[in-house]
Amino acid sequence: MKPATAPAQTALQADYLLPWPRVRIQLLRGAGFVLLLCLAIALLLGATGRTSFGDALLHSLLIGLCCWLLIDGGRHLLSHLRLRARARRGLCLDLPVGFPGWPWMVVLMLLGMTLGPIAGTALARWLSGEAWQPPWAAFGGGHLTWIITLLASVASVVTLTLLERLGHARAAAEAARRVAAENQLKLLESQLEPHMLFNTLANLRVLIGSDPARAQAMLDRLIAFLRATLNASRQTMHPLATEFERTADYLALMQVRMGSRLQTQLSLPAELQDAAVPPLLLQPLVENSIKHGLEPKVGGGRIEVSARREGALLVLEIRDSGVGLADAALSAGGGQFGLQQVRERLRTLYGDRASLALQPAPEGGTLATIRLPLP
Amino acid sequence: MNPPTALIAEDEPLLAGALRADLARLWPELKIVALAGDGQQAVEQALAQRPTLCFLDIRMPGLSGLEAAQALAEDWPDGAPFPLLVFVTAYDQYALQAFDAQAVDYLIKPVDEARLVACIGRLKHRLALQQGAAQALQDSLAQLRGLLGAAAPPPQPRLQMIQAQVGATVHLVPVDEVIYFEAADKYVRVVTKEREHLIRMSLRELLPQLDPALFWQVHRGTVVQARCIASARRDESGKAQLTLRGRPETLVASRLYAHLFKGM
Repeated sequence: MKPATAPAQTALQADYLLPWPRVRIQLLRGAGFVLLLCLAIALLLGATGRTSFGDALLHSLLIGLCCWLLIDGGRHLLSHLRLRARARRGLCLDLPVGFPGWPWMVVLMLLGMTLGPIAGTALARWLSGEAWQPPWAAFGGGHLTWIITLLASVASVVTLTLLERLGHARAAAEAARRVAAENQLKLLESQLEPHMLFNTLANLRVLIGSDPARAQAMLDRLIAFLRATLNASRQTMHPLATEFERTADYLALMQVRMGSRLQTQLSLPAELQDAAVPPLLLQPLVENSIKHGLEPKVGGGRIEVSARREGALLVLEIRDSGVGLADAALSAGGGQFGLQQVRERLRTLYGDRASLALQPAPEGGTLATIRLPLP
Repeated sequence: MNPPTALIAEDEPLLAGALRADLARLWPELKIVALAGDGQQAVEQALAQRPTLCFLDIRMPGLSGLEAAQALAEDWPDGAPFPLLVFVTAYDQYALQAFDAQAVDYLIKPVDEARLVACIGRLKHRLALQQGAAQALQDSLAQLRGLLGAAAPPPQPRLQMIQAQVGATVHLVPVDEVIYFEAADKYVRVVTKEREHLIRMSLRELLPQLDPALFWQVHRGTVVQARCIASARRDESGKAQLTLRGRPETLVASRLYAHLFKGM
């Protein structure tokens, strides 16, 4: 039970409205279940020969409906009051609809099991024209009515509640799955940015006619880049040398597009080639440098990707001579998703031992620095 | 009639060369008079060469294709026929919807030959029935107003105070005291009755934080508080001279925005 974080959300939720369509479905389902149960009880009692089927049906139906009204109606009323009170206090509303908690459920069941048979029996006697007698007198003869009511009530409440809680849990799991899938899609979309993809294809189309050998080399780079992007979510780690190769693929593709406007330099010391890093860790940062730093800059510029060891840390740097952080923030998008995604991956894999820092490069442009522990 | 001329604004050299070659093959009479690698260059070259057609890439360094078109519409010399604009884009869903809505010509990269042939056909048709220069400019202005409206970024939380830093001092200026904002390179000039300040942000970034009912954009580089405008005088080129309450200078409302000022 966590308090709602955003004040705006609290303000909205303070006005809690009953989700009537869901409540109606639950009430109708409950009534249907009770009617079937009452029919079964009447059939059973009729079969024993102790009473006629019609009489048993009348009694069990009326007792069942009284219990249903008290227990099912009561739990929805209580749960609604509870949710509304929580909304007023600005608390989280992620509770199942129609379930006020087990203590209240027990109270409601005791109430329903006592009053339900009394009211139901009285009604049945009145309807069948029998002489009125105090309700408690109706049970003078036997405890059968009580026992049947008790068993049926417990069975209905437990079955219905469990079904609803299962539904609630299933809906929550479904929502969580949807969010995860959306994030995955967003990640893929950010890596396979359509603008980059179609511009690359447009260049490729030109090269096929004018310079087939270069077109083939570019296509190979594109294939390697696409394969790495699609594999990245499945692979947990790969060598730094491979990460640099994939970065080189991406930069080569960008270089075909930008021509002399883009200069690149990648430097990876031989002793760090086998260091394990998460796949496509550098790609979002390199992409940010190009998209928000160098592409908007009229003259273009330079991007340098380097790795070095600092004690027990692996330091990866992406340095560009682009328009710089302040201006990059102006261009739409701002690359926030890419940064956030790199930060999240580092946190998941290394906790506090890894970091990503973004700062203005001393000579203009932007410097992104990743520090992560070497195994 | 003189043979048609064209400018190609595209920052990716291979694509610029390819479009040029395709046009040379499919429309031999068309003369490519300028290739521009960024938006600013495209505007300068177009104003200097006055081509019949401009192919403008949407995403370019400096100015976007749309911003370049806006600059052309505002600065185009009186009487000269305004060029037909063709926007080129690799992937801009929202832009494409706006282009369709405004019946603006566009090409999608990779440009396939059938589409280019169809586009050339449409352009030739429009050139053949080219009405007077004035009407062509009016049509383009109406289209551009529609495009700029569709491309406007979503409104952001309203700014209440402008914080302008000079050295170690930060001056606080309530937004409603600002008479007008004017773009100045990477800065915006903030002009009040008594004085002016510079803030380090672009007008493009500032605009969504202003209430459009109170602050009117009258030029790609000027946003004025409406209640501070005293009068607007239209001239024959379609621009309007604005006099202000509280400031002696006059401002210019460009052709794109002069329609805001008309008698009730």
